[in-house]
Amino acid sequence: MVVGVLALQGDFEAHCRVLRALGADCRLVRTPQDLDGLDGLVMPGGESTTMTLGIEREGLAEPLRELARSGKPVLATCAGMIMLDRDHLGVLDMVARRNAFGRQLNSFESDLDLSGFGETLRAVFIRAPWVEDAGEGIEVLAEVDGHPVAVRQGEIMAVAFHPELTGDPRVHAWLVERIHAAERAREAA
Amino acid sequence: MRDTATFRVKAGLAEMLKGGVIMDVVTPEQARIAESAGATAVMALERVPADIRKEGGVARMSDPSLIEGIQEAVTIPVMAKARIGHFMEARVLEALEVDYIDESEVLTPADEANHIDKWEFKVPFVCGATNLGEALRRIAEGAAMIRSKGEAGTGNVVEAVRHIRLITGEIRRLQSMDASELPTAAKNLQAPLDLVREVAENGKLPVVLFCAGGIATPADAALMMSLGAEGNFVGSGIFKSEDPERTAAAIVEATTHFEDPERVARASRGLGQPMAGVEIAALGENGLIQHRGW
Repeated sequence: MVVGVLALQGDFEAHCRVLRALGADCRLVRTPQDLDGLDGLVMPGGESTTMTLGIEREGLAEPLRELARSGKPVLATCAGMIMLDRDHLGVLDMVARRNAFGRQLNSFESDLDLSGFGETLRAVFIRAPWVEDAGEGIEVLAEVDGHPVAVRQGEIMAVAFHPELTGDPRVHAWLVERIHAAERAREAA
Repeated sequence: MRDTATFRVKAGLAEMLKGGVIMDVVTPEQARIAESAGATAVMALERVPADIRKEGGVARMSDPSLIEGIQEAVTIPVMAKARIGHFMEARVLEALEVDYIDESEVLTPADEANHIDKWEFKVPFVCGATNLGEALRRIAEGAAMIRSKGEAGTGNVVEAVRHIRLITGEIRRLQSMDASELPTAAKNLQAPLDLVREVAENGKLPVVLFCAGGIATPADAALMMSLGAEGNFVGSGIFKSEDPERTAAAIVEATTHFEDPERVARASRGLGQPMAGVEIAALGENGLIQHRGW
């Protein structure tokens, strides 16, 4: 199983550490060629402006869109969530409001109930976005202050926090499990 | 229960800046240029290090109105510098809600014995270091990010290379030691033993390590990444170059693609003159700012 992690900028190495611990191979994605043959993808945290410019510079927008729409499992965190919204790659039917909680002084961590993930998990929000204007296809998995901070649409899950920074592998395990499920479906077919 | 300003939250912002370039800017216009070129953050200051060096005098925290103007101009994180030991400047910067405070040797030190007690602040700090012991002392004081110092404002990367090689070399040496050798290593490094043990075990600093001081070209930026930096600060190198827009974008591109020399070559092509730069020897011992901080 090879999971790609967009590595233009941001905390992509933290994602790779979690994925490797779960038994997945990790490939850093910096150009469209790096997307060939991936089983799943992570859009990491980082600076969304930097990442947007990088995606443009590398000609990655269309290939990333294709991969996400092909039904391959995708996990996006923080800036990655922003990349997938209607104003950026247009893969998720919602808008992510950047820096919604304010400047770094308002960054925080708290326990969060993530629907379908068992006991609460520790969520780290760093200059985080929240979700606005979610369409009908968007399932909200968690909220803070009445704003969605974790959503799922088909095989794509996007969270405003950083599961890669806490050592709790449950969110990444979801991605790995969805990839296994896709493999099983292919074999059955 | 919402916990703000935990160390994980402070160090976490630096994690988000990794693989990126933090650029010195002195006006809102420059901040916009930096953001459009792909900077992950800007450092708001009144004079870039090259001008501080040239003009002399006491270099202090910037005017709050300048910092606020830059905060309004961009949506990426805004950092600002306080003098070493000047906790009041740091409190002012925290009141301005800057995203990171750089307790910086580029400004004239305010305390020649003590650094700021960074644990007392909610805003995270980045500090300079020339070697591993210095880096670990700053982390013990509460720094949530480290940058190697280099020699700011010179456009000469030689000191930055010296410092990152020292830091990574000392980390490798700790990794080769057995547990009974670490207390003596901590004594020699003048660093806390628990941090020394942590570095020996993990083979890296407990916080993000960027490189700074003298980076002027895309190849410089890629060199520092290859030597173990997790990102770059570029000060005078951008707005003292002939074509700041293109130089800034090129340094961003080279920082991402540091493992691919063809991409670094492409980024380096036709940028015009980089900043002029100076020989370190020409500065004399008193002209070096890397020795500020203890």
